[in-house]
Amino acid sequence: MPISRYREVGKICTHMTNILETVALTRDFGAFRAVDGVNLQVRQGSLHSLIGPNGAGKTTLFNCISAVLKPTAGRVRYDGRDITNMPLHRMTGLGIGRSFQITNIFNNISVIENVRLAAQARYPKQSYQFWRHADDLPEYEARAAQALAMVGLAGRERQIAALLPHGDKRKLELAILLAGDPKLLLLDEPTAGMATEQVPELMETIERIRADGNRTILLVEHNMHVVMRFSDRISVLHQGRILAEGKPDEIRSNDEVQRAYLGGGF
Amino acid sequence: MKLQNHRLTFGLIIALALFPFALSWLTGEPIDSGTPKFWQGMLAQVFILAVYAVSYDLLMGYTGILSFGHALFFGAGGYTAGILLKHAAWPLWAVVLAVIVVAVILGLFIGATSLRVQGVYLTMVTLAFAQMMFVLSEATDFREWTGAEDGLQGIPVPAWLSPTQQRLMFYFVSLAFCVFSYYLVRRVTQSPTGRVFIAIRENELRARAIGYNTFLYKLLAMVASGVLAALAGMMNALWNLNANPNMLATSTTINALLMTIIGGAGTLSGPMIGAAFIHLLGYGLNTAFGPRWPLLFGLAYVGIVLFLPYGFVGAWRSLIARMKAKRA
Ligand SMILES: Nc1ncnc2c1ncn2[C@@H]1O[C@H](COP(=O)(O)OP(=O)(O)O)[C@@H](O)[C@H]1O
Ligand SMILES: [Mg+2]
Repeated sequence: MPISRYREVGKICTHMTNILETVALTRDFGAFRAVDGVNLQVRQGSLHSLIGPNGAGKTTLFNCISAVLKPTAGRVRYDGRDITNMPLHRMTGLGIGRSFQITNIFNNISVIENVRLAAQARYPKQSYQFWRHADDLPEYEARAAQALAMVGLAGRERQIAALLPHGDKRKLELAILLAGDPKLLLLDEPTAGMATEQVPELMETIERIRADGNRTILLVEHNMHVVMRFSDRISVLHQGRILAEGKPDEIRSNDEVQRAYLGGGF
Repeated sequence: MKLQNHRLTFGLIIALALFPFALSWLTGEPIDSGTPKFWQGMLAQVFILAVYAVSYDLLMGYTGILSFGHALFFGAGGYTAGILLKHAAWPLWAVVLAVIVVAVILGLFIGATSLRVQGVYLTMVTLAFAQMMFVLSEATDFREWTGAEDGLQGIPVPAWLSPTQQRLMFYFVSLAFCVFSYYLVRRVTQSPTGRVFIAIRENELRARAIGYNTFLYKLLAMVASGVLAALAGMMNALWNLNANPNMLATSTTINALLMTIIGGAGTLSGPMIGAAFIHLLGYGLNTAFGPRWPLLFGLAYVGIVLFLPYGFVGAWRSLIARMKAKRA
């Protein structure tokens, strides 16, 4: 068989495999175990939701996966390699983008510059060219403008980020991620604090981002309608452990989940 | 807008270049004595301090690193130049190179140790380094080399640059030094690298999360600002014909902080204006009120911080913005 055929076989295989895997991932804060031996598998190309009550450990799990925190024990595998304990700044290069539950943007600079910085970050060597004018590299700004248009912030480019309304700041977070062209997006409550009527629009944007780039999304979300409607798979986290995992229907009909979290409402 | 800014800069440079001649013509005194000579000296000191302030602005105003050890670089530049000129009789160009090399090594060392911690810890670590150097400069063991608490006196400045004999030359060299430094830092702050500095100032965690190795960028900022501060320290030693422990004292760091905040942090032109303001106001208050002047200066400083929280340049910019808004 020619080599190219092998590659093709490989491609088909990765298509069906997990892009992200955690193995017995654990994180302690002092004597308190916030994440407790989590084995999570996220399939390539899926929208995988992580739900669970406040304090369940969702953000901590995200932090351990995306290198914001070091896990106490366990491994993180991404795209076939072990990325446990890799430095945070290497994540973008690997294709992992991360948004934060609490809005986390560059406040006192323009909206476009927020996103342009993320586009520039994909080329670390260019970022060390201290004798060139940043405006001489227009491709980053073009990329940033594209990302802003994608999330519906076209026309807001020159505003100072801090002055955006809350909903637009959440969209800006997404645009910053998008400019890094990630293969895997970890979105920690992207709709947090948004007006209810804005939520479907943002979710549709997220769906579009996934479909356009054949990306995978791991999502933390509290709005159950959104979760049930958009997810391919759902994992339920409770007191740091995975309580259940499955398709939306399976989760809805799971008694244990109903008792622990959904309160019988679904 | 951009062109207008450049025009202002060029106009100012030309005005400063003509200043000694204009003053000589106005006062009727020869250019190398009396009032013209005195004011050339005053402004030369302002130029040197302006570079020192700009170097601090790169670190604090642009990258958001609040170092309390900046005097270390200023003093290291002064002492390196002084020792090599006096004890080793090195030519000036070699002294300049040596000052740069020393500053790079110090910047790498202090950066590598202090930039791993953040906030007030970084401030304390940098302060500790500067204090160590201060103590070292006063140590009697090295009196032969450093002059201990008396400082290194009688630095032999090359005749062509003598601040006493060739004042006009010294004035122009200081002016060129200042213009060149400003141009260099301005370029850096507008480059892709400079944009990352600003990102770190605004939100370091986010800068790391989008893929920047912020430690390296902060190290770069520390080394670059250290080199400039050391060169300013060298010029200061040449002007004074001595290097003394005061150059390494905490008050010298605080001076950089004051100039930067008064003028407007993160604006480059602001700290330069701050340097001129502090030096000239200090002179004015000293002539008018004698040794009580620091007290009055303190009051002026409190007033500026209270009423112009973003410094002179910040106040100026918001005034322009308000006028534009009114017109629209
Ligand atoms: N930095 C920290 N130090 C101590 N405890 C923490 C820290 N971060 C999170 N926790 C604790 O870990 C638990 C899980 O928090 P988190 O991951 O934020 O939950 P979730 O995102 O699911 O609401 C909570 O009890 C929280 O108080
Ligand atoms: Mg959370």
